[in-house]
Amino acid sequence: MDIVDILLSASFWAAAIRIASPLIFAALGELICERAGVLNLGIEGIMVVGAFAGWMTVYSGGGLWAGVGVAMLAGMLFGLLHAVLTVPFGLSQHVVGLGITMLATALTYFSYRLALPEVTSPPKIEAFQPLPVPVLSDIPVLGPAVFSQTPLTYLAFGLVIAVSVILYRTPLGLALRAAGENPAAVAAQGLSVGAIRIGAVMAGSGLMALGGAFLTMSAFNSFFFEMVNGRGWICIALVVFGSWRPGKTLIGAILFAAFDALQVRVQQTPLGADLPYQIFLMMPYLLSILALVVMSRRAQVPAALMVPFNKGER
Amino acid sequence: MAGTAHKAPVVLRLDRITKTFGALTANDAISFDLREGEVIALLGENGAGKTTLMNILFGQYTADSGSVAVFGKTLPPGNPRAALTAGVGMVHQHFTLADNMTVLENIVLGTQPLWKAGFNRAGARQRILELVGAYGLSVDPDALVGSLTVGERQRVEILKALYRDARILILDEPTAVLTPQETDDLFATLRKAVALGLSVIFISHKLHEVMAVSDRVVVLRHGRLVAETETAATDKYTLAELMVGARIDPPAVQAAPVGRVLIELENVSTPDRGAAPGLKSVHLKIRGGQIVGLAGVSGNGQAALFDVLGGLITPARGVLRRDGAVPGRWSPRAAVAGGIARIPEDRHKTGTIPDFNLTENAVLELYGQPPFSRRGWLNRGAARAFARRIIDAYDVRCPGPETRIRLLSGGNMQKLILGRVLETVPDVILANQPVRGLDIGALTYVHEQLLAARGRGAGVLLISEDLDEIMALSDVIHVISEGRLSPGFERGSKTTAELGVWLAGHGFGEGDSDAA
Repeated sequence: MDIVDILLSASFWAAAIRIASPLIFAALGELICERAGVLNLGIEGIMVVGAFAGWMTVYSGGGLWAGVGVAMLAGMLFGLLHAVLTVPFGLSQHVVGLGITMLATALTYFSYRLALPEVTSPPKIEAFQPLPVPVLSDIPVLGPAVFSQTPLTYLAFGLVIAVSVILYRTPLGLALRAAGENPAAVAAQGLSVGAIRIGAVMAGSGLMALGGAFLTMSAFNSFFFEMVNGRGWICIALVVFGSWRPGKTLIGAILFAAFDALQVRVQQTPLGADLPYQIFLMMPYLLSILALVVMSRRAQVPAALMVPFNKGER
Repeated sequence: MAGTAHKAPVVLRLDRITKTFGALTANDAISFDLREGEVIALLGENGAGKTTLMNILFGQYTADSGSVAVFGKTLPPGNPRAALTAGVGMVHQHFTLADNMTVLENIVLGTQPLWKAGFNRAGARQRILELVGAYGLSVDPDALVGSLTVGERQRVEILKALYRDARILILDEPTAVLTPQETDDLFATLRKAVALGLSVIFISHKLHEVMAVSDRVVVLRHGRLVAETETAATDKYTLAELMVGARIDPPAVQAAPVGRVLIELENVSTPDRGAAPGLKSVHLKIRGGQIVGLAGVSGNGQAALFDVLGGLITPARGVLRRDGAVPGRWSPRAAVAGGIARIPEDRHKTGTIPDFNLTENAVLELYGQPPFSRRGWLNRGAARAFARRIIDAYDVRCPGPETRIRLLSGGNMQKLILGRVLETVPDVILANQPVRGLDIGALTYVHEQLLAARGRGAGVLLISEDLDEIMALSDVIHVISEGRLSPGFERGSKTTAELGVWLAGHGFGEGDSDAA
């Protein structure tokens, strides 16, 4: 099987889209935070929280969608903590974000140990199953690749459209973008910059947690340590790659996921026998860095990203 | 505009507004009324409390005591939304616009309920175009604000207020950034607004504008209301005295012998830097005993010119001559060592390191040479003595040389920079906006020092947006527009209006400016 065959196979694209799904949720969440002017480096930890909260809800007898809801709530809670420290108190967004990541990750692992002290291999749950879309899933290649995914994947794609519409077609989105471009303009119009930013960070963190929950509830069906494995950091890069636009960020997520799916498959070709497998593992990251360098040259950074706003400051 | 204003109803009443910041009383029991169809000029020096007062009126600050009533209703303190709803629109000195968004988006921001699905773009555009027509504020609703000129941005700010049905317009130093023609356009708009029944508070410290546009003048000094008078019943000189509290005579410009050419640019071009234009075939000579004034709206290549002369950028084309010879290596270090003094445009960003103390900031350009360092070791004692000398000689008001410079006022910061460069007795002084934001005392001091340097034979390049300043001090005036430099005009050979034409970008030949 050579690379062309791989690129034409439905299973390859199905895998790429599956791998992209958690990245889409979390990157959208990060995008919302950054568009309002707050860099949320808590993303990695909030994904861990979401993964655990969703999985634990289902494991202890809750429904799948209840798990999704609990995961989002847990994410929003950490988002609130992040927002309170960075928005009204105006603390360093780097320090707070990394702190949230460490806190959230450690608390999650601690809770896991408390909840399941005796367990050595993590238990599985009944996760979301693929839900082929009638008619559309019968299209050759495209059908099995795109329209035979789990409901959460459809939700991820739907959210890209929803976030685009909200950002560019509603007064709320306008105010949110303005808070990230020039908070003084928002305040001068009698709106509360603080409320907009806190709301955006909470909503964004909810989406990050949902990205984490996808891993346990729609991909691996169980929770284990280190499972988020840097996906949060990748999402930060994807937002830059996407120039802070939902559509472009989606393309970035699919591209990264495709490289990831590709490297696994290339390892099984004759080429894979000759080269150390680490080279293949590196590939998606190397190509992401390259793509990022090329794309970010013309990126439109929100002008007030990481700039705290204090009303009435002299 | 004057005439009927007196009988018109009161639309805005400020009642005994008091506000303190720490030990500073910014507003001390200030009261006055604004009537319908009236223009009040709020006059005062920097730091007199004008902006604080307007921020209280607009709800951005909360007053310690006193109240604001609009159309007879008292506004809740500290609530911009209430002020907006009551019909107060404010055009801030520093525009509150988002550059990456369109004019339309900036205008409709906050005018629709946040939780509404979708907004009515077509309706908003229609309404904006109506306002554009009625008030003569030409601007494209779909342009990105970042691509607009300063004058256009100001129109967007005014449109923002009008779009919200403002009945009272407050303009904070609106002409500070405009060319004379743009200022005239602004005044035309204000006249239309007043004719349509709006009332205006116009904040300024430029006396001729106050005389031209207002019906009444309210003068603030050190936070107190010191005079309230009909514009027709007063004159510029009386107002100046009221504003300053004492007579301040502009520094006398004495004739000085013109020396040789100290530094010269011949046909110099530099590449554009982002939105800022580079220089385009510029010819410039700075002679000893001369102040060369560079007039122009900010962002037209002044920075590039300043940086070429100061050694920060090397010309892509053309030559720079220092004392008649092309220097081997041109760098900031070579420039400073060769007697070029730089007073940068932005005191906070390039002039100083705000979190360093006065001593460290005093030797920023000199730390590498004796006596401030020897064999790679700093000599703090020498640096401190140097800082003390500057503090005494240039009247820098500060707790001491160990104070972080961030804590100083703009005027004192500028005096330290001035002392730092003048102590080395330079023969070329590059001063980019040296008095921007300074009060009249500090401003006069800086001007005196520049004139004194000219008197001892130094050549001065004075870059400013303030045409009055340029015309008062310069022996030769150049106008810069989009990187092109006008020929040099001798003192008194051009009127404000004639220079205004050049400022607006007319008169430059296409391609090479061969007029020099």
